[in-house]
Amino acid sequence: MNESTHAIFTRPQSFRDVVTHYCPGCTHGVIHRLVAEVLDEFGIRGRTVGVAPVGCGVFIYNYFQTDFLEAPHGRAPALATGLKRVSPELIVFTYQGDGDLASIGTAEIIHAANRGEKFTTIFVNNAIYGMTGGQMAPTTMPGQITTTSPRGRNVEECGYPIRMAELLSTLRTPAYIERVAVHTPQNIVRAKKAIRKAFQYQIDGKCFSLVEVLSTCPTNWGLTPNESLNWLEKTMQPYYPLGVFKTPDAEEQK
Amino acid sequence: MTRILMKGNEAIAEAAIRAGAIYYFAYPITPQNEVGEYMARRLPEVGGVFVQAESEVAVGNMLFGAVASGKRVFTSSSSPGISLMQEAISYMAGARLPVVLINIMRGGPGLGGILPSQADYFQSTKGGGHGDYRVLVLAPSTLQEAVDLTMLAFHLADKYCNPTMVLADGMIGQMMEPVEFPENYVEEPVPPKDWATTGCQGRAPIIIKSLALDPVVLEKNNLVLAEKYKLMKRDEIRFEAYKINPKNRILVVSYGTMARICQTVIDELEQENISVGLLRPITLFPFPAKEILAEAIKPNIESVLTVEMSMGQMVEDVEWAVKDKKPVEFYGRTGGIVPTPEEVKDYIMKILAKETPAVKSWNG
Repeated sequence: MNESTHAIFTRPQSFRDVVTHYCPGCTHGVIHRLVAEVLDEFGIRGRTVGVAPVGCGVFIYNYFQTDFLEAPHGRAPALATGLKRVSPELIVFTYQGDGDLASIGTAEIIHAANRGEKFTTIFVNNAIYGMTGGQMAPTTMPGQITTTSPRGRNVEECGYPIRMAELLSTLRTPAYIERVAVHTPQNIVRAKKAIRKAFQYQIDGKCFSLVEVLSTCPTNWGLTPNESLNWLEKTMQPYYPLGVFKTPDAEEQK
Repeated sequence: MTRILMKGNEAIAEAAIRAGAIYYFAYPITPQNEVGEYMARRLPEVGGVFVQAESEVAVGNMLFGAVASGKRVFTSSSSPGISLMQEAISYMAGARLPVVLINIMRGGPGLGGILPSQADYFQSTKGGGHGDYRVLVLAPSTLQEAVDLTMLAFHLADKYCNPTMVLADGMIGQMMEPVEFPENYVEEPVPPKDWATTGCQGRAPIIIKSLALDPVVLEKNNLVLAEKYKLMKRDEIRFEAYKINPKNRILVVSYGTMARICQTVIDELEQENISVGLLRPITLFPFPAKEILAEAIKPNIESVLTVEMSMGQMVEDVEWAVKDKKPVEFYGRTGGIVPTPEEVKDYIMKILAKETPAVKSWNG
């Protein structure tokens, strides 16, 4: 690059220059990048520790230039609680899928949120278990075919998909909770803003923050990448409405 | 040094603070609640952190996150609670993290009871959770020893980067005895905690993990662990020899509360000119197998008697240690029943009269 040119788009410093293991059309990569950009923008990379889940997101630590812990399945909020409590100077975030957060780790996320732990959770909801091969998740849509709901999710037996953002928003403890999606450029910009806000609340020592991100899983949905983006919008989004569900500021106004 | 009359659970709590462990995560369970209650009062005074978790599953994983900071953290619990922590203990063993766990054992299985027991020997010394790992286990038999071993536990955990457990029972937790805390506690230096996730400013990122999909890498991690356990067996075996001498006709092997009762029995038998010695393992893992064998093969020893508050767990290690060189006998009560000196003495008299059954432990 000479003096007359300058880069307007580069890889975030918080993101390693490596190829990810994600399938074509999966939106994990986009979400990773948004988090990395936010860490760069706040200049907090050097004091950030991420907590990886079990699921496709487990290898997030291979893609980030930050310290990382690898949690047992669903327990990331407990690890984040432990670390943040003894080292409050750190910025701690968990990155969890829907099997991890909404099924096996339900107790941990609810109680971490209820204690008002000052860390951030990026909750990636793609309505299925990805890494284990496409089994039904608590977030799987009614009628959705998965390897363990081969005739479609039967709500009589399995209940309806859990809306985690709404559920967590019922807690009295102040928190920042927003649901976003990453299936269009416009939504990606909104998602970035939400993630930024979530980290801002943590930097300010204000509250627990969680951003639920509607994401795709073309491989296990059995759709092409394009069809997947469409399915997210047509099938998931009406059931999982986007928006801010809770802010600490609203709590203070009460 | 001043002697203070304290309850076991509170003495253990204070000992941890004196060893620099001011970060405590726990869930209530009898018979060790005084530890948490003491910590809830005391830790804010010393700038520490007390978190009451939603479950022992969460406790184990909070410890995992907290210990990754490089600071001294611990929990206390009792048998069913320790079972729930096994997931995190396995992960911390795999990730080589120096967590300290206090188990004030109660009777099981299942919800069991709340009275003293030694029924978690297998769980503590053989791993406990999934995978190839060991926890370093220290078993106090007095409150002073509970204080000393609690402090030592933090040192050994740091020295080996390994989960370390103080395995006591409800009796140790609940009774009161005078204890002393060292005024100026000095430790041998421990390895630098250059593995801690403190933020990667000015260095390469650190990842604390136990996942290794490549079997070659995973086996290598297991070999590193195995090497560590070998070092523990070489350097950390601790035991007490009580009235062991060449005239002993029986060698008793017993630990914790049960060993104290055996001491009473041995004193009484001595008055009756019957010589019995006690080898009390203080480290349950690493186990003093060679030391037991060395005593067992002495010519005067007629048999080796293991006494436990269980239906026979440590006795399997004793049988393995003695290698059929001498008969190994077992006496135990379980479910919260603590054997009286009289019944242990009666059993010893039966052994000497060759009236004991051939079956020793439940697997015998």
